[in-house]
Amino acid sequence: MDAIKIQLPHTVQPRAENANDGAVSRTMQPIVTGTSVVAFKYKDGIMMAADTLASYGSLARFRSEKRLMAVGDNTLVGVSGDLSDFQYMQHVLEDLETRELCMDDDQTLGTKSVYKYISNIMYNRRTKVDPLWNSYVVAGLDHDEKFLGFVDLYGTRYQSPTIATGFGAHLAQPILRKRVEGREDEIEEEEALAILDDCMRVLFYRDARSFNKLRRAKVTAQGVEISEPYSLETNWDFAESIVGYGG
Amino acid sequence: MDFAQFQQAPVSVPTEHHSHGNRWDPYVDNGGTSLAIAGEDFVVVASDTRQSNGYSINSRYSPKAFELSNGSVLATTGYHADALKLVEHIEQRAQLYFHKHDRAMNVSAMAQMLSGILYSKRFFPYYVFPILSGLDAKGKGAVYTYDPVGNMERVNYQAYGSASALVQPFLDSQVGFKNQRNADPSRLLERPQAVKLAIDAFTGATERDIHTGDWLDLFIIDQDGIHQTKRELKHD
Repeated sequence: MDAIKIQLPHTVQPRAENANDGAVSRTMQPIVTGTSVVAFKYKDGIMMAADTLASYGSLARFRSEKRLMAVGDNTLVGVSGDLSDFQYMQHVLEDLETRELCMDDDQTLGTKSVYKYISNIMYNRRTKVDPLWNSYVVAGLDHDEKFLGFVDLYGTRYQSPTIATGFGAHLAQPILRKRVEGREDEIEEEEALAILDDCMRVLFYRDARSFNKLRRAKVTAQGVEISEPYSLETNWDFAESIVGYGG
Repeated sequence: MDFAQFQQAPVSVPTEHHSHGNRWDPYVDNGGTSLAIAGEDFVVVASDTRQSNGYSINSRYSPKAFELSNGSVLATTGYHADALKLVEHIEQRAQLYFHKHDRAMNVSAMAQMLSGILYSKRFFPYYVFPILSGLDAKGKGAVYTYDPVGNMERVNYQAYGSASALVQPFLDSQVGFKNQRNADPSRLLERPQAVKLAIDAFTGATERDIHTGDWLDLFIIDQDGIHQTKRELKHD
C-alpha cells in the first residue's frame, strides 16, 4: 500500500514556503470571495443554492463563478469564502476522483468519505496556521441515507438538517429552522424550491455582497443535478416610501 | 462577547482587520456543557449536544461525549474540531496498546495516557476540557478530569463547559455535600439520584446558558457496559 500523500496537480504551483527563498506566504485574509451557501434536507434528498458572484471587497468583480461542485456520483459540495482557496480544493478533489477512477475496482467515492477528506484538509491547514479561508457544505445521498455536513477554516464540523454559511447563517437559517426542521422527510420538491428561493431572495435583499444570479442544486437517488444560472423575482416598490436611512 | 468574530467570517472583505494583532487565531469555543458523577459501581456521564459559534447555533445534535473502544466514555467541551482529533489520537494509541498487550486498556492507564497526550501538545494545545469516565480495576466508578495541557485529577464528580459556573456549584452542594453540617462529603450517590441530578443540572443550565441545550446524551457505565439514552432539552 502506498503512503497516503496528496499529489499537487501540475496546474497548482508549490506553496511559497516550499520554494527556497525562505519566504512564507499564508492566506491572512480572503481576497476574492463568494458569499452564503444555503442547504437543507427534503423528501428526496438535499437542496442547495449559491449565487454566482465573486466579490473583490465591495466590488462585484466576477459575476458568473460556479460555487457548487459535484464530487463523485452522489456528492455535492458548496463553498463560500476565498475562491482561490476553493480552486485549490477543486484541484485536490478532482485529483482524488482521478485516483479513485484509476483504482478501477468498481468502488465509488461516498459522501462521508469526501466530507472527511475535506475536513481533514481544513483541520490540517488550520493546524499549520495557514487555513484555507472557506466554509464547505457537503451533501449527498448514500443508500437512502441523507447526509448534510459543514466544515470551515477552523476545521469545525457538524451535521444538521439545515445549514447556511456566512450571512445565510443569520438571515436564511432562521427561515430554514421554521420551515424545514422536523419536516425533512415530508417536504416535496416543489415546496423545497419555494423555501430555497425565499431564502435566496431575503439574502439578495439584505446581503450587500450577494447577487441575483444563482444556481441551485439537488442530490437525489438519481445523482447530482446543478442548475443553470437563474434569477429571482424581486419587488422594490417599498423603496419608494423610504426616506433617509430608515431602511 | 468578541464582536470581532463577525468580521472573521469567511465573507469579510479584504480591508477589514482582525483583533488578535495580525495573527489569525486558530481556536474557537463551540460552547456546551459536560458532567460526570461517580457512584460506588457506576458512573453517570452527561453532555448536551448543541454546537455553537458565538450567538449562532451550528447544530442541535453534534455529540461531544464519545464511547471509547475500551468501554470508557470521554466527555469534552471547548473547541470541537480539537475534541474530534483528540478522540482519534486516543483511539489510535489505544489500538496500538491493544495489539501490543492483547487486551484493552484499563481506565487508569488510559487516564494517564490522556494526560501525556495533552501535555505532548503543551505549546500548541488541544483546546479541550476532557472528562474521562469508566470503572476502575476494583469496579468502582472513576472520573478523571483534565485541563487542556494535561493536569489530571481523579474526582467523584465534575462539570465542565460553558455552564460549568452554574453546574459545578450545584454538584458541590448536591453531590459533594460541601459546607453542610452533619453531612459526609465522601458519600457517593445512588444511581437513580445521580441520574436525576445530572438531568436537573442540565435543565437548569439550559435555562440560563445560551450555549447549552437541544438534546442531552446520557451515559450510564456499569459492569454490564454502557447504557446510552438521549433526552430532549429546550431548543430555544
